[in-house]
Amino acid sequence: MKNLSLEEKEREFQAKIDADQKIEPNDWMPDEYRKTLIRQISQHAHSEIVGMLPEGNWITRAPNLRRKAVLLAKVQDEAGHGLYLYSAAETLGSDREKTIDDLNAGIAKYSSIFNYPTVTWADMGTIGWLVDGAAIMNQVPLCRCSYGPYARAMVRVCKEESFHQRQGFEIVMKLAQGTPEQKALAQESLNRWWWPALMMFGPNDANSKHTAQSMKWKIKRETNDELRQKFVDITVPQAEMIGLTIPDADLKWNEERQSYDFGAINWDEFMNVVQGNGPCNKERIAARREAKENGLWVREAANAFAEKRKARQAS
Amino acid sequence: MNREQALFEYTLRIADDSLILGHRVSEWCGHGPILEEDIAMTNIALDLVGQATNFLEYAAKVDGKGKTADDLAFLRYDRDYRNALLVEQKNGHFGDTMARQFFFDVFRKLFFEGLTKSTDETLAAIAEKSLKETKYHLKHSSEWVIRLGDGTEESHQKIQESINNLWRFTEELFFSNDVDTMLLESGIAVDLNALYPLWKSQVAHVLAEATLEIPSGTFQQKGGRTGFHSEHLGYLLAEMQYMQRAYPGMEW
Repeated sequence: MKNLSLEEKEREFQAKIDADQKIEPNDWMPDEYRKTLIRQISQHAHSEIVGMLPEGNWITRAPNLRRKAVLLAKVQDEAGHGLYLYSAAETLGSDREKTIDDLNAGIAKYSSIFNYPTVTWADMGTIGWLVDGAAIMNQVPLCRCSYGPYARAMVRVCKEESFHQRQGFEIVMKLAQGTPEQKALAQESLNRWWWPALMMFGPNDANSKHTAQSMKWKIKRETNDELRQKFVDITVPQAEMIGLTIPDADLKWNEERQSYDFGAINWDEFMNVVQGNGPCNKERIAARREAKENGLWVREAANAFAEKRKARQAS
Repeated sequence: MNREQALFEYTLRIADDSLILGHRVSEWCGHGPILEEDIAMTNIALDLVGQATNFLEYAAKVDGKGKTADDLAFLRYDRDYRNALLVEQKNGHFGDTMARQFFFDVFRKLFFEGLTKSTDETLAAIAEKSLKETKYHLKHSSEWVIRLGDGTEESHQKIQESINNLWRFTEELFFSNDVDTMLLESGIAVDLNALYPLWKSQVAHVLAEATLEIPSGTFQQKGGRTGFHSEHLGYLLAEMQYMQRAYPGMEW
Protein backbone atom coordinates (compact mmCIF):
# COMPACT_ATOMS: atom_id res chain seq x y z
CA MET A 1 0.00 0.00 0.00
CA LYS A 2 1.28 3.41 -0.94
CA ASN A 3 2.34 5.81 1.77
CA LEU A 4 0.01 8.77 1.72
CA SER A 5 0.53 12.06 3.45
CA LEU A 6 -2.11 13.23 5.90
CA GLU A 7 -3.43 15.75 3.39
CA GLU A 8 -3.77 13.08 0.72
CA LYS A 9 -5.59 10.77 3.12
CA GLU A 10 -7.96 13.56 4.07
CA ARG A 11 -8.56 14.35 0.41
CA GLU A 12 -9.36 10.72 -0.39
CA PHE A 13 -11.62 10.53 2.65
CA GLN A 14 -13.56 13.64 1.64
CA ALA A 15 -13.78 12.39 -1.96
CA LYS A 16 -15.36 9.18 -0.71
CA ILE A 17 -17.89 11.13 1.31
CA ASP A 18 -18.65 13.45 -1.57
CA ALA A 19 -19.31 10.37 -3.72
CA ASP A 20 -21.79 9.18 -1.05
CA GLN A 21 -19.73 6.13 -0.16
CA LYS A 22 -19.98 4.83 3.39
CA ILE A 23 -17.08 5.00 5.81
CA GLU A 24 -16.62 1.66 7.60
CA PRO A 25 -14.91 0.96 10.97
CA ASN A 26 -11.59 -0.14 9.48
CA ASP A 27 -11.32 2.71 6.99
CA TRP A 28 -8.95 5.58 7.66
CA MET A 29 -10.76 8.62 9.05
CA PRO A 30 -9.66 11.97 10.48
CA ASP A 31 -9.44 12.03 14.27
CA GLU A 32 -12.00 14.81 14.43
CA TYR A 33 -14.50 12.78 12.38
CA ARG A 34 -14.05 9.87 14.78
CA LYS A 35 -14.39 12.13 17.81
CA THR A 36 -17.45 13.89 16.47
CA LEU A 37 -19.15 10.58 15.77
CA ILE A 38 -18.26 9.07 19.13
CA ARG A 39 -19.65 12.16 20.81
CA GLN A 40 -22.82 12.18 18.76
CA ILE A 41 -23.51 8.43 18.87
CA SER A 42 -22.89 8.12 22.59
CA GLN A 43 -25.04 11.17 23.30
CA HIS A 44 -27.71 9.50 21.24
CA ALA A 45 -27.28 6.24 23.17
CA HIS A 46 -27.40 8.05 26.50
CA SER A 47 -30.59 9.80 25.39
CA GLU A 48 -32.24 6.45 24.76
CA ILE A 49 -31.18 5.14 28.16
CA VAL A 50 -32.08 8.24 30.15
CA GLY A 51 -35.25 8.46 28.06
CA MET A 52 -36.40 5.17 29.58
CA LEU A 53 -36.83 6.90 32.95
CA PRO A 54 -39.57 9.48 32.27
CA GLU A 55 -41.65 6.87 30.49
CA GLY A 56 -40.76 4.07 32.87
CA ASN A 57 -42.32 6.38 35.46
CA TRP A 58 -45.80 5.51 34.13
CA ILE A 59 -45.55 1.79 33.36
CA THR A 60 -46.85 0.80 36.78
CA ARG A 61 -49.67 3.36 36.50
CA ALA A 62 -50.74 2.79 32.89
CA PRO A 63 -54.54 3.08 32.74
CA ASN A 64 -55.29 -0.28 31.13
CA LEU A 65 -53.63 -3.55 30.15
CA ARG A 66 -53.17 -2.65 26.51
CA ARG A 67 -51.52 0.68 27.26
CA LYS A 68 -49.30 -0.99 29.83
CA ALA A 69 -48.12 -3.59 27.32
CA VAL A 70 -47.51 -1.01 24.59
CA LEU A 71 -45.58 1.25 26.94
CA LEU A 72 -43.45 -1.67 28.13
CA ALA A 73 -42.71 -2.61 24.53
CA LYS A 74 -41.79 0.97 23.72
CA VAL A 75 -39.43 1.38 26.65
CA GLN A 76 -37.88 -1.97 25.81
CA ASP A 77 -37.26 -0.73 22.26
CA GLU A 78 -35.45 2.26 23.72
CA ALA A 79 -33.14 0.03 25.74
CA GLY A 80 -32.53 -1.88 22.50
CA HIS A 81 -31.69 1.34 20.66
CA GLY A 82 -29.26 2.23 23.41
CA LEU A 83 -27.60 -1.13 22.94
CA TYR A 84 -27.19 -0.81 19.13
CA LEU A 85 -25.90 2.72 19.52
CA TYR A 86 -23.34 1.85 22.18
CA SER A 87 -22.23 -0.95 19.87
CA ALA A 88 -21.99 1.46 16.92
CA ALA A 89 -19.85 3.76 19.08
CA GLU A 90 -17.65 0.80 20.03
CA THR A 91 -16.81 0.25 16.34
CA LEU A 92 -15.05 3.62 16.61
CA GLY A 93 -13.03 2.49 19.59
CA SER A 94 -15.13 3.86 22.44
CA ASP A 95 -15.79 1.75 25.51
CA ARG A 96 -19.42 1.34 26.60
CA GLU A 97 -18.83 1.27 30.35
CA LYS A 98 -16.46 4.22 30.12
CA THR A 99 -19.01 6.30 28.20
CA ILE A 100 -21.68 5.33 30.73
CA ASP A 101 -19.36 6.48 33.51
CA ASP A 102 -19.06 9.83 31.70
CA LEU A 103 -22.84 10.06 31.63
CA ASN A 104 -23.09 9.25 35.33
CA ALA A 105 -20.37 11.74 36.17
CA GLY A 106 -22.37 14.43 34.40
CA ILE A 107 -19.68 14.90 31.74
CA ALA A 108 -21.50 13.38 28.77
CA LYS A 109 -24.65 15.00 27.45
CA TYR A 110 -27.99 13.53 26.49
CA SER A 111 -31.13 15.01 25.02
CA SER A 112 -32.31 17.78 27.35
CA ILE A 113 -35.95 16.89 26.83
CA PHE A 114 -35.63 14.02 29.30
CA ASN A 115 -34.92 16.46 32.09
CA TYR A 116 -38.57 17.44 32.11
CA PRO A 117 -40.90 15.51 34.40
CA THR A 118 -43.72 13.21 33.31
CA VAL A 119 -46.47 14.25 35.68
CA THR A 120 -49.62 12.96 34.00
CA TRP A 121 -50.60 10.01 31.84
CA ALA A 122 -51.08 12.45 28.97
CA ASP A 123 -47.31 12.94 28.96
CA MET A 124 -46.95 9.36 27.68
CA GLY A 125 -48.93 10.42 24.64
CA THR A 126 -47.23 13.76 24.18
CA ILE A 127 -43.76 12.27 24.46
CA GLY A 128 -44.54 9.73 21.76
CA TRP A 129 -46.19 12.30 19.55
CA LEU A 130 -43.78 15.23 19.91
CA VAL A 131 -40.54 13.87 21.33
CA ASP A 132 -40.42 10.73 19.21
CA GLY A 133 -41.78 12.77 16.32
CA ALA A 134 -38.89 15.24 16.66
CA ALA A 135 -36.46 12.35 17.10
CA ILE A 136 -37.64 10.81 13.82
CA MET A 137 -37.19 14.13 12.09
CA ASN A 138 -33.60 14.21 13.36
CA GLN A 139 -32.92 10.54 12.71
CA VAL A 140 -34.35 9.86 9.27
CA PRO A 141 -31.54 11.88 7.64
CA LEU A 142 -29.07 9.91 9.78
CA CYS A 143 -30.02 6.74 7.88
CA ARG A 144 -27.96 8.39 5.09
CA CYS A 145 -25.14 9.37 7.44
CA SER A 146 -21.65 8.78 6.02
CA TYR A 147 -20.64 6.39 8.81
CA GLY A 148 -21.93 2.92 7.87
CA PRO A 149 -22.65 1.35 11.29
CA TYR A 150 -24.49 4.46 12.51
CA ALA A 151 -26.52 4.75 9.32
CA ARG A 152 -27.52 1.08 9.48
CA ALA A 153 -28.45 1.26 13.18
CA MET A 154 -30.63 4.26 12.35
CA VAL A 155 -32.65 2.37 9.76
CA ARG A 156 -33.95 0.00 12.40
CA VAL A 157 -34.26 2.67 15.07
CA CYS A 158 -36.37 4.84 12.77
CA LYS A 159 -38.81 2.04 12.03
CA GLU A 160 -39.43 1.56 15.73
CA GLU A 161 -39.57 5.30 16.43
CA SER A 162 -42.26 5.67 13.85
CA PHE A 163 -44.37 3.13 15.76
CA HIS A 164 -43.66 5.06 18.96
CA GLN A 165 -44.78 8.29 17.40
CA ARG A 166 -48.02 6.73 16.20
CA GLN A 167 -48.85 5.16 19.55
CA GLY A 168 -48.16 8.49 21.26
CA PHE A 169 -50.41 10.35 18.89
CA GLU A 170 -53.09 7.72 19.41
CA ILE A 171 -52.96 8.25 23.20
CA VAL A 172 -53.31 12.01 22.77
CA MET A 173 -56.09 11.62 20.21
CA LYS A 174 -58.03 9.36 22.55
CA LEU A 175 -57.70 11.99 25.31
CA ALA A 176 -58.65 14.84 23.00
CA GLN A 177 -61.81 12.97 22.03
CA GLY A 178 -62.56 11.95 25.60
CA THR A 179 -64.19 13.68 28.55
CA PRO A 180 -63.46 17.37 29.36
CA GLU A 181 -60.99 16.18 32.04
CA GLN A 182 -59.16 14.06 29.48
CA LYS A 183 -59.05 16.84 26.92
CA ALA A 184 -57.67 19.18 29.58
CA LEU A 185 -54.96 16.61 30.38
CA ALA A 186 -53.96 16.50 26.71
CA GLN A 187 -53.88 20.27 26.29
CA GLU A 188 -51.98 20.87 29.52
CA SER A 189 -49.40 18.29 28.52
CA LEU A 190 -48.99 19.83 25.05
CA ASN A 191 -48.49 23.23 26.69
CA ARG A 192 -45.59 21.87 28.72
CA TRP A 193 -43.85 19.83 26.00
CA TRP A 194 -44.24 21.96 22.88
CA TRP A 195 -41.34 24.35 23.43
CA PRO A 196 -38.90 21.78 24.84
CA ALA A 197 -39.72 19.63 21.79
CA LEU A 198 -38.74 22.49 19.45
CA MET A 199 -35.51 22.86 21.42
CA MET A 200 -34.65 19.24 20.62
CA PHE A 201 -33.37 20.32 17.23
CA GLY A 202 -30.62 22.30 18.90
CA PRO A 203 -29.58 25.95 18.61
CA ASN A 204 -30.42 28.09 15.59
CA ASP A 205 -28.07 27.43 12.66
CA ALA A 206 -26.25 30.70 13.23
CA ASN A 207 -25.29 29.53 16.73
CA SER A 208 -24.67 25.84 16.08
CA LYS A 209 -20.97 25.21 16.43
CA HIS A 210 -20.88 21.70 14.93
CA THR A 211 -23.28 22.06 12.02
CA ALA A 212 -20.99 23.23 9.19
CA GLN A 213 -18.30 20.56 9.66
CA SER A 214 -20.87 17.82 10.28
CA MET A 215 -22.70 18.75 7.08
CA LYS A 216 -19.45 18.60 5.12
CA TRP A 217 -18.78 15.12 6.51
CA LYS A 218 -22.37 14.09 5.89
CA ILE A 219 -22.77 13.12 9.51
CA LYS A 220 -25.54 15.65 9.43
CA ARG A 221 -27.63 16.07 6.31
CA GLU A 222 -29.99 18.88 7.26
CA THR A 223 -29.56 21.87 9.54
CA ASN A 224 -31.26 22.35 12.92
CA ASP A 225 -33.55 25.08 11.63
CA GLU A 226 -34.56 23.13 8.53
CA LEU A 227 -35.51 20.13 10.63
CA ARG A 228 -37.34 22.25 13.21
CA GLN A 229 -39.39 23.91 10.48
CA LYS A 230 -40.32 20.53 9.00
CA PHE A 231 -41.42 19.34 12.43
CA VAL A 232 -43.61 22.40 13.01
CA ASP A 233 -45.17 22.07 9.56
CA ILE A 234 -46.07 18.44 10.14
CA THR A 235 -47.19 18.75 13.75
CA VAL A 236 -49.43 21.85 13.66
CA PRO A 237 -52.08 20.25 11.38
CA GLN A 238 -52.02 17.13 13.60
CA ALA A 239 -52.85 19.27 16.64
CA GLU A 240 -55.61 21.03 14.72
CA MET A 241 -57.05 17.73 13.58
CA ILE A 242 -57.61 16.60 17.17
CA GLY A 243 -58.70 20.02 18.41
CA LEU A 244 -55.68 20.97 20.52
CA THR A 245 -54.04 24.39 20.54
CA ILE A 246 -50.31 24.86 20.02
CA PRO A 247 -49.17 27.20 22.83
CA ASP A 248 -47.65 29.83 20.55
CA ALA A 249 -49.44 33.14 19.94
CA ASP A 250 -47.13 33.92 17.01
CA LEU A 251 -47.83 30.75 15.13
CA LYS A 252 -49.35 31.41 11.72
CA TRP A 253 -49.33 30.03 8.21
CA ASN A 254 -47.04 31.89 5.84
CA GLU A 255 -48.58 31.63 2.40
CA GLU A 256 -45.46 32.86 0.64
CA ARG A 257 -43.12 30.35 2.31
CA GLN A 258 -45.80 27.63 2.35
CA SER A 259 -44.72 27.03 5.91
CA TYR A 260 -45.62 28.07 9.44
CA ASP A 261 -44.00 31.06 11.11
CA PHE A 262 -43.55 30.44 14.80
CA GLY A 263 -42.52 32.37 17.91
CA ALA A 264 -39.05 32.82 19.32
CA ILE A 265 -37.63 29.96 21.37
CA ASN A 266 -36.52 30.72 24.90
CA TRP A 267 -32.86 29.74 24.52
CA ASP A 268 -32.09 30.80 28.08
CA GLU A 269 -34.31 28.00 29.29
CA PHE A 270 -32.57 25.60 26.91
CA MET A 271 -29.09 26.57 28.09
CA ASN A 272 -30.20 26.39 31.69
CA VAL A 273 -31.42 22.80 31.27
CA VAL A 274 -28.31 21.83 29.29
CA GLN A 275 -26.22 23.18 32.14
CA GLY A 276 -27.92 20.83 34.56
CA ASN A 277 -30.66 23.02 36.01
CA GLY A 278 -33.73 21.44 34.44
CA PRO A 279 -36.46 20.13 36.72
CA CYS A 280 -35.13 16.55 36.64
CA ASN A 281 -31.43 16.64 35.66
CA LYS A 282 -30.34 15.61 39.14
CA GLU A 283 -32.95 12.87 39.42
CA ARG A 284 -32.13 11.34 36.04
CA ILE A 285 -28.40 11.15 36.69
CA ALA A 286 -28.96 9.92 40.24
CA ALA A 287 -31.18 7.10 38.93
CA ARG A 288 -28.57 6.02 36.38
CA ARG A 289 -25.79 6.21 38.92
CA GLU A 290 -27.79 4.24 41.44
CA ALA A 291 -28.54 1.53 38.87
CA LYS A 292 -24.86 1.20 38.09
CA GLU A 293 -23.76 1.19 41.73
CA ASN A 294 -26.47 -1.22 42.87
CA GLY A 295 -25.63 -3.50 39.98
CA LEU A 296 -21.91 -3.61 40.65
CA TRP A 297 -22.01 -6.80 42.74
CA VAL A 298 -24.17 -8.45 40.05
CA ARG A 299 -21.74 -7.61 37.25
CA GLU A 300 -18.81 -8.72 39.38
CA ALA A 301 -20.55 -12.02 40.07
CA ALA A 302 -21.27 -12.55 36.38
CA ASN A 303 -17.61 -11.90 35.51
CA ALA A 304 -16.34 -14.15 38.29
CA PHE A 305 -18.67 -16.93 37.19
CA ALA A 306 -17.62 -16.59 33.55
CA GLU A 307 -13.96 -16.84 34.60
CA LYS A 308 -14.64 -19.93 36.68
CA ARG A 309 -16.51 -21.57 33.85
CA LYS A 310 -13.71 -20.81 31.41
CA ALA A 311 -11.18 -22.30 33.82
CA ARG A 312 -13.33 -25.42 34.29
CA GLN A 313 -13.71 -25.90 30.55
CA ALA A 314 -9.98 -25.50 30.06
CA SER A 315 -9.08 -28.14 32.65
CA MET B 1 -69.97 -22.99 44.54
CA ASN B 2 -70.86 -24.15 41.05
CA ARG B 3 -68.48 -25.13 38.28
CA GLU B 4 -68.44 -21.62 36.71
CA GLN B 5 -67.58 -20.02 40.02
CA ALA B 6 -64.77 -22.51 40.57
CA LEU B 7 -63.44 -21.93 37.07
CA PHE B 8 -63.56 -18.17 37.58
CA GLU B 9 -61.65 -18.44 40.83
CA TYR B 10 -59.14 -20.83 39.29
CA THR B 11 -58.51 -18.60 36.26
CA LEU B 12 -58.07 -15.57 38.50
CA ARG B 13 -55.29 -17.33 40.42
CA ILE B 14 -53.33 -17.84 37.23
CA ALA B 15 -54.09 -14.36 35.89
CA ASP B 16 -53.25 -12.57 39.12
CA ASP B 17 -49.91 -14.34 39.52
CA SER B 18 -48.94 -12.99 36.08
CA LEU B 19 -50.45 -9.57 36.65
CA ILE B 20 -48.85 -8.87 40.00
CA LEU B 21 -45.46 -10.36 39.15
CA GLY B 22 -45.52 -8.49 35.82
CA HIS B 23 -46.07 -5.28 37.77
CA ARG B 24 -43.18 -6.02 40.11
CA VAL B 25 -40.78 -6.92 37.30
CA SER B 26 -41.77 -3.81 35.36
CA GLU B 27 -40.64 -1.68 38.31
CA TRP B 28 -37.07 -2.56 37.29
CA CYS B 29 -37.41 -0.84 33.96
CA GLY B 30 -34.52 1.57 33.56
CA HIS B 31 -32.89 0.54 36.83
CA GLY B 32 -31.35 -2.85 35.96
CA PRO B 33 -27.76 -3.78 36.80
CA ILE B 34 -26.81 -3.83 33.12
CA LEU B 35 -28.54 -2.72 29.92
CA GLU B 36 -29.09 -6.29 28.73
CA GLU B 37 -31.05 -6.95 31.92
CA ASP B 38 -33.22 -3.90 31.38
CA ILE B 39 -34.15 -5.42 28.06
CA ALA B 40 -34.63 -8.93 29.45
CA MET B 41 -36.72 -7.87 32.44
CA THR B 42 -38.89 -5.51 30.43
CA ASN B 43 -39.51 -8.40 28.08
CA ILE B 44 -40.46 -10.73 30.93
CA ALA B 45 -42.81 -8.08 32.35
CA LEU B 46 -44.37 -7.72 28.92
CA ASP B 47 -44.91 -11.49 28.64
CA LEU B 48 -46.50 -11.58 32.08
CA VAL B 49 -48.84 -8.67 31.36
CA GLY B 50 -49.81 -10.43 28.12
CA GLN B 51 -50.55 -13.66 30.00
CA ALA B 52 -52.56 -11.74 32.59
CA THR B 53 -54.60 -10.15 29.81
CA ASN B 54 -55.40 -13.49 28.19
CA PHE B 55 -56.39 -15.17 31.43
CA LEU B 56 -58.37 -12.16 32.66
CA GLU B 57 -60.30 -11.97 29.40
CA TYR B 58 -61.27 -15.59 29.90
CA ALA B 59 -62.09 -15.02 33.57
CA ALA B 60 -64.35 -12.12 32.59
CA LYS B 61 -66.11 -14.33 30.09
CA VAL B 62 -66.58 -17.17 32.58
CA ASP B 63 -67.82 -14.67 35.15
CA GLY B 64 -70.51 -13.58 32.68
CA LYS B 65 -71.29 -10.29 34.42
CA GLY B 66 -70.32 -8.03 31.54
CA LYS B 67 -66.95 -7.09 33.03
CA THR B 68 -63.80 -6.68 30.95
CA ALA B 69 -60.27 -7.87 31.61
CA ASP B 70 -59.41 -4.27 32.53
CA ASP B 71 -62.26 -4.13 35.04
CA LEU B 72 -60.85 -7.21 36.71
CA ALA B 73 -57.27 -5.97 36.62
CA PHE B 74 -57.93 -2.44 37.85
CA LEU B 75 -61.17 -2.35 39.80
CA ARG B 76 -61.12 -5.19 42.30
CA TYR B 77 -60.38 -4.68 45.98
CA ASP B 78 -57.24 -6.21 47.42
CA ARG B 79 -59.09 -9.08 49.07
CA ASP B 80 -60.38 -10.14 45.65
CA TYR B 81 -56.92 -10.76 44.20
CA ARG B 82 -55.90 -14.40 44.14
CA ASN B 83 -52.17 -14.23 43.47
CA ALA B 84 -49.74 -16.12 45.67
CA LEU B 85 -47.89 -14.10 48.31
CA LEU B 86 -44.57 -14.82 46.60
CA VAL B 87 -45.26 -12.65 43.56
CA GLU B 88 -46.33 -9.56 45.50
CA GLN B 89 -43.13 -9.46 47.54
CA LYS B 90 -41.02 -6.38 46.90
CA ASN B 91 -38.23 -6.51 44.35
CA GLY B 92 -35.46 -5.99 46.89
CA HIS B 93 -32.07 -6.28 45.22
CA PHE B 94 -31.41 -8.07 41.95
CA GLY B 95 -30.77 -11.35 43.76
CA ASP B 96 -34.12 -11.13 45.58
CA THR B 97 -35.87 -10.51 42.28
CA MET B 98 -34.11 -13.41 40.58
CA ALA B 99 -34.78 -15.82 43.47
CA ARG B 100 -38.48 -14.90 43.43
CA GLN B 101 -38.58 -15.29 39.67
CA PHE B 102 -36.75 -18.61 39.78
CA PHE B 103 -39.10 -20.18 42.35
CA PHE B 104 -42.05 -18.94 40.35
CA ASP B 105 -40.72 -19.96 36.93
CA VAL B 106 -40.02 -23.54 38.01
CA PHE B 107 -43.57 -23.73 39.33
CA ARG B 108 -45.05 -22.03 36.31
CA LYS B 109 -43.34 -24.25 33.79
CA LEU B 110 -44.59 -27.40 35.50
CA PHE B 111 -48.02 -25.88 35.93
CA PHE B 112 -48.41 -24.78 32.31
CA GLU B 113 -47.15 -28.14 31.07
CA GLY B 114 -50.01 -29.67 33.05
CA LEU B 115 -52.52 -27.05 31.97
CA THR B 116 -51.86 -27.65 28.25
CA LYS B 117 -53.61 -30.99 28.86
CA SER B 118 -56.63 -29.37 30.49
CA THR B 119 -60.05 -30.35 29.17
CA ASP B 120 -60.83 -26.64 29.12
CA GLU B 121 -59.70 -25.69 25.63
CA THR B 122 -59.21 -22.01 26.33
CA LEU B 123 -57.04 -22.60 29.38
CA ALA B 124 -55.06 -25.21 27.45
CA ALA B 125 -54.49 -22.84 24.54
CA ILE B 126 -53.33 -19.92 26.70
CA ALA B 127 -51.12 -22.32 28.65
CA GLU B 128 -49.52 -23.52 25.43
CA LYS B 129 -48.58 -19.98 24.43
CA SER B 130 -47.50 -19.00 27.93
CA LEU B 131 -45.38 -22.12 28.34
CA LYS B 132 -43.06 -21.05 25.53
CA GLU B 133 -42.45 -17.73 27.28
CA THR B 134 -42.08 -19.35 30.70
CA LYS B 135 -39.31 -21.63 29.43
CA TYR B 136 -37.28 -18.55 28.51
CA HIS B 137 -38.02 -16.92 31.83
CA LEU B 138 -36.88 -20.04 33.66
CA LYS B 139 -33.70 -20.27 31.64
CA HIS B 140 -32.97 -16.63 32.46
CA SER B 141 -33.72 -16.85 36.18
CA SER B 142 -31.94 -20.16 36.76
CA GLU B 143 -28.85 -18.93 34.95
CA TRP B 144 -28.77 -15.91 37.23
CA VAL B 145 -29.28 -18.00 40.37
CA ILE B 146 -26.32 -20.11 39.28
CA ARG B 147 -24.17 -17.10 38.36
CA LEU B 148 -24.88 -15.32 41.60
CA GLY B 149 -24.55 -18.47 43.71
CA ASP B 150 -21.28 -19.51 42.11
CA GLY B 151 -20.01 -15.97 41.42
CA THR B 152 -18.27 -13.98 44.15
CA GLU B 153 -18.41 -14.51 47.89
CA GLU B 154 -20.63 -11.45 48.19
CA SER B 155 -23.08 -12.59 45.53
CA HIS B 156 -23.17 -16.08 47.00
CA GLN B 157 -24.09 -14.72 50.39
CA LYS B 158 -26.67 -12.34 48.98
CA ILE B 159 -28.52 -14.86 46.84
CA GLN B 160 -28.45 -17.43 49.64
CA GLU B 161 -30.18 -14.87 51.86
CA SER B 162 -32.73 -14.20 49.12
CA ILE B 163 -33.41 -17.93 48.83
CA ASN B 164 -33.77 -18.23 52.61
CA ASN B 165 -36.07 -15.21 52.88
CA LEU B 166 -38.38 -16.18 50.06
CA TRP B 167 -38.54 -19.89 50.85
CA ARG B 168 -41.45 -19.24 53.21
CA PHE B 169 -43.68 -18.30 50.29
CA THR B 170 -42.96 -21.30 48.07
CA GLU B 171 -45.39 -23.94 49.34
CA GLU B 172 -48.33 -21.65 48.78
CA LEU B 173 -47.77 -22.01 45.05
CA PHE B 174 -49.13 -25.54 45.52
CA PHE B 175 -52.12 -24.49 47.60
CA SER B 176 -55.31 -26.25 46.64
CA ASN B 177 -58.84 -26.34 48.03
CA ASP B 178 -62.34 -27.32 46.95
CA VAL B 179 -61.93 -25.25 43.77
CA ASP B 180 -59.20 -27.62 42.67
CA THR B 181 -61.12 -30.68 43.82
CA MET B 182 -64.13 -29.71 41.73
CA LEU B 183 -62.11 -28.89 38.62
CA LEU B 184 -59.82 -31.89 38.93
CA GLU B 185 -62.82 -34.17 38.57
CA SER B 186 -63.59 -32.76 35.15
CA GLY B 187 -59.95 -32.73 34.08
CA ILE B 188 -59.75 -28.94 33.98
CA ALA B 189 -57.32 -28.31 36.80
CA VAL B 190 -53.71 -29.39 37.28
CA ASP B 191 -52.95 -31.69 40.21
CA LEU B 192 -50.69 -29.42 42.26
CA ASN B 193 -49.91 -32.11 44.83
CA ALA B 194 -48.24 -34.13 42.12
CA LEU B 195 -46.19 -31.12 40.99
CA TYR B 196 -44.66 -30.28 44.34
CA PRO B 197 -42.02 -33.04 44.46
CA LEU B 198 -41.04 -32.24 40.87
CA TRP B 199 -40.69 -28.56 41.76
CA LYS B 200 -38.59 -29.40 44.78
CA SER B 201 -36.22 -31.64 42.87
CA GLN B 202 -35.81 -29.17 40.00
CA VAL B 203 -35.14 -26.35 42.42
CA ALA B 204 -32.67 -28.54 44.33
CA HIS B 205 -30.87 -29.38 41.11
CA VAL B 206 -30.28 -25.71 40.20
CA LEU B 207 -29.41 -24.71 43.75
CA ALA B 208 -26.83 -27.51 43.89
CA GLU B 209 -25.23 -26.24 40.70
CA ALA B 210 -25.28 -22.75 42.20
CA THR B 211 -23.52 -24.12 45.32
CA LEU B 212 -26.48 -22.90 47.37
CA GLU B 213 -28.29 -24.62 50.19
CA ILE B 214 -31.95 -25.49 50.41
CA PRO B 215 -33.46 -23.92 53.52
CA SER B 216 -35.01 -26.29 56.02
CA GLY B 217 -37.50 -25.93 58.83
CA THR B 218 -38.95 -22.73 57.37
CA PHE B 219 -42.48 -21.90 58.47
CA GLN B 220 -44.63 -21.56 55.35
CA GLN B 221 -46.86 -18.51 54.90
CA LYS B 222 -50.18 -18.80 53.14
CA GLY B 223 -53.06 -16.48 52.35
CA GLY B 224 -52.78 -14.98 48.87
CA ARG B 225 -54.86 -17.66 47.17
CA THR B 226 -57.76 -16.90 49.51
CA GLY B 227 -57.35 -13.13 49.45
CA PHE B 228 -55.31 -12.62 52.63
CA HIS B 229 -52.35 -10.67 51.30
CA SER B 230 -49.22 -9.09 52.73
CA GLU B 231 -49.06 -5.37 53.44
CA HIS B 232 -47.25 -4.87 50.13
CA LEU B 233 -50.22 -5.58 47.87
CA GLY B 234 -52.23 -2.54 48.95
CA TYR B 235 -49.50 -0.17 47.84
CA LEU B 236 -48.97 -2.04 44.61
CA LEU B 237 -52.67 -1.78 43.80
CA ALA B 238 -52.86 1.87 44.81
CA GLU B 239 -50.27 2.53 42.13
CA MET B 240 -51.62 0.13 39.54
CA GLN B 241 -55.23 1.28 39.92
CA TYR B 242 -54.45 4.99 40.22
CA MET B 243 -55.77 6.08 36.83
CA GLN B 244 -58.94 4.00 36.95
CA ARG B 245 -59.71 5.24 40.46
CA ALA B 246 -58.84 8.89 39.81
CA TYR B 247 -60.71 9.07 36.49
CA PRO B 248 -63.53 6.56 36.88
CA GLY B 249 -65.27 5.15 33.84
CA MET B 250 -63.08 6.74 31.19
CA GLU B 251 -61.51 5.12 28.18
CA TRP B 252 -57.82 5.41 27.47
